[in-house]
Amino acid sequence: MNDTADPHTAAEQDRYADRHDEHDTGARPPGAGAVTPADAADASRLVSFGLQPKLLPARDLEYAELIRRHRDDPAFARLADAVATGLGLVVLEVSARAGMALAAAEDSVFSVRMGDYSRRAASDSTDRFLHGLAHLAVAAMAFPRPEDLADDGYIGRITVNGVDSFVRQACRRLEERAEEAGENTDPASDAPGLEAAWRVYTRRSATGATKDARRLSGSTIGIIGKAVAFLVDSGFLQKTADDAGGTYRTTARYQLQVRDLASSAAMAELLELGVVPVSDGTAALAPADDSDELVADAGLPFHSH
Amino acid sequence: MRPPNLCVVTATVHHQTPPGAPRPAPGPAADEGLARRLKALACTAPLHDLDVRKANLAGEYTVYSMAEVALASIDLVTLNMDFDTGADHEQVVARLLPRVAAQAPRRPAAEHERVARWVLENLINVGSVDRGFRAVYGTFGPDGAYVRRDYDFKLVEEVPGPDGGVYLRTTDEAVNVLVGALDTDVASAQIAAEVKLEVLIERGRLADAQLAAEQARYRTVQYAESLRRALEATRRNVRAVDWLRAVPDLIAEALDHVADRYRHENAILTNIRRVRDEAEAVDHRTGEHKRRAAELVDIVKDCIRRHTQLQSRLLEAGPLFRAEQDRQAFAAPPARAGTDLYGQLLGPLLPLPVERASKVTDAFFASGTGLRTPAAARVCDLVDGLLTPPLEREHLGALMPEPDLVATPDDSRFSDEQMDTALHLLDLPPDAPRRLSGLLAEARRSDPELPYLLALLAVHAASPPVGVAYRQGEERLLFAVDDGTPLDDPEFGGADLIVGTATLDAAAMAAERAS
Repeated sequence: MNDTADPHTAAEQDRYADRHDEHDTGARPPGAGAVTPADAADASRLVSFGLQPKLLPARDLEYAELIRRHRDDPAFARLADAVATGLGLVVLEVSARAGMALAAAEDSVFSVRMGDYSRRAASDSTDRFLHGLAHLAVAAMAFPRPEDLADDGYIGRITVNGVDSFVRQACRRLEERAEEAGENTDPASDAPGLEAAWRVYTRRSATGATKDARRLSGSTIGIIGKAVAFLVDSGFLQKTADDAGGTYRTTARYQLQVRDLASSAAMAELLELGVVPVSDGTAALAPADDSDELVADAGLPFHSH
Repeated sequence: MRPPNLCVVTATVHHQTPPGAPRPAPGPAADEGLARRLKALACTAPLHDLDVRKANLAGEYTVYSMAEVALASIDLVTLNMDFDTGADHEQVVARLLPRVAAQAPRRPAAEHERVARWVLENLINVGSVDRGFRAVYGTFGPDGAYVRRDYDFKLVEEVPGPDGGVYLRTTDEAVNVLVGALDTDVASAQIAAEVKLEVLIERGRLADAQLAAEQARYRTVQYAESLRRALEATRRNVRAVDWLRAVPDLIAEALDHVADRYRHENAILTNIRRVRDEAEAVDHRTGEHKRRAAELVDIVKDCIRRHTQLQSRLLEAGPLFRAEQDRQAFAAPPARAGTDLYGQLLGPLLPLPVERASKVTDAFFASGTGLRTPAAARVCDLVDGLLTPPLEREHLGALMPEPDLVATPDDSRFSDEQMDTALHLLDLPPDAPRRLSGLLAEARRSDPELPYLLALLAVHAASPPVGVAYRQGEERLLFAVDDGTPLDDPEFGGADLIVGTATLDAAAMAAERAS
């Protein structure tokens, strides 16, 4: 069954093929003994491939072979998953399209800390919020509808400037709503933590000229640009053009990470705060309207609600 | 330390008012009005501040009136704001220079530029994190408690341009400071200004008319700005914008507005042109009159240009919506339900206080950024690393590879010498046109290939480029006419053209072009 001529793993593969046959016939109880050091080495090798997020099985023959083995041999799969778990990693998916998609477990040596990410964010709570918000906004813009996040074949496209305008627009709507309601949104001077989140974003400048013609790192576009560059290094985004501050498309890994991990973690935190967002599975980016009927002759295929 | 909460905040300065005593604030409405005026006052503070701080600059800068320069730069940015981008930083500085130079003509030009840049940078407030200003004002809460609040505003903000550059835009606050009391319905203010303008022109009060026209132009800019925002939002997300009512209404209103203003301004233009041309510059007063009329013509022309630009954007909006609608509405149905990242996370998060919202963004950050493999350094690598001299940052970018150029073979049929000879043959005196047959025979004597080139040039001359010659003010033009005589030639057939040179009246043409 192994027709790939890879001398490095050929011997193990032969051994594995024998065991595999045994296992299929039920001669060997699952999980019982017989893990050789070579198997452990292969499983660890697969995990080490997974730790190189930009590497894809399609580009590396050995990686592709190990992915195939993970799929076909449950014992090997368990072994590889155990290696990953022991290292403090969460296996999101093992597939030909995403490779071994790994995420750092909480407090793992592989996890990214805000302080390492941005020195300013570690000390300044406003910057900390803006950096986190940038990551959330990039994800929201990359997967604007729930079905985009659910659909494995979906590839999101974002631009740095687009993400900024998107958040600014959302903030502006909140500002207008607050104005209509006659609220005073100016925060009390001695309680900066009570300032509304949108207001923090609105008052930060979008961009700014610098002496060396680089992006102003403290501006919102600078913050989003940093987030996007970081996600590229994580193998989550790929740059396609320089237009509009940089144009990027999403990878399978990013979708997995957002869908299976990040969105639920953030949602849990939001529920903790007592905010219960209700969704019927349709996108919430619909116009606010108070009439219940489909507007006649408007030629628009969505209901107002 | 306890985290601040609402009761801590509102209890900061608590007035111990005995029961029955008059409330400290005369009423919520008056209090709100006071807050509004305090905010308006705050918007002017950065301008006053410039004149206060100029003394601290290294050098003798008290001679410059900084507030004046600041107002002029807000003016310039507002007027140079385009539909898509803002004003160019360098251009604004360049246009500020004459005014700065006029304030201190004996000072060096470098100093003038420094002053202009200093003012502009301070209007942006480059030193602050937000690149904006903050003023603190106090209000009374509903329970009579006094609360100090932060008011954040910007005067000139930096926005990204489509080419990746940074452009300047003035904010609503700045426009309010500049023109004053502009916080009104844009359409009605515009109508009022233009009616006023018409009346003023009719009465010949051009100085006032110019002021009114300039104000009308500010309002036009403001109108374009609000439209730009709506269209930009539409481009990003169809469903985020109310395409049932709000946007169609806005577009219809704006189109009406453009049509109306266009008619109006053309009428005004005709009116002022008459004033400009009829006023004879006999004495100083009418000379001034004429100059003002000429300036008015420029301003109104600019208004018309802006309206035309606005209109073309409005016409693009419908197709843009339909294209986006197609893209978004006809996608495949969902395989399974996913999280609505905007509706369930980002949307509910933004109205929260930043302190609480941070918890959510922190959670998303912790699990949404991916993993990093920690670097393990060996001592010998560390030593090597520390001893390696730092790399100079490349200011000019990567080295351009020398392009490998291949000389394209010269495949033109005629050489430059042949062209010169042919042109020389065709350089006929205006009073002596010649037959093509004679020219061909003469050409054939010197070079057997030349008649082909000559015939080609003669055929071109049958349809002479009159328009180009007129625009470029040329004095001579080669032409060819067919008078029905057939060409008798061993190599060519057709008409025996009469080829000649026409002289053109360049001076008269120039005069006509100018008028």
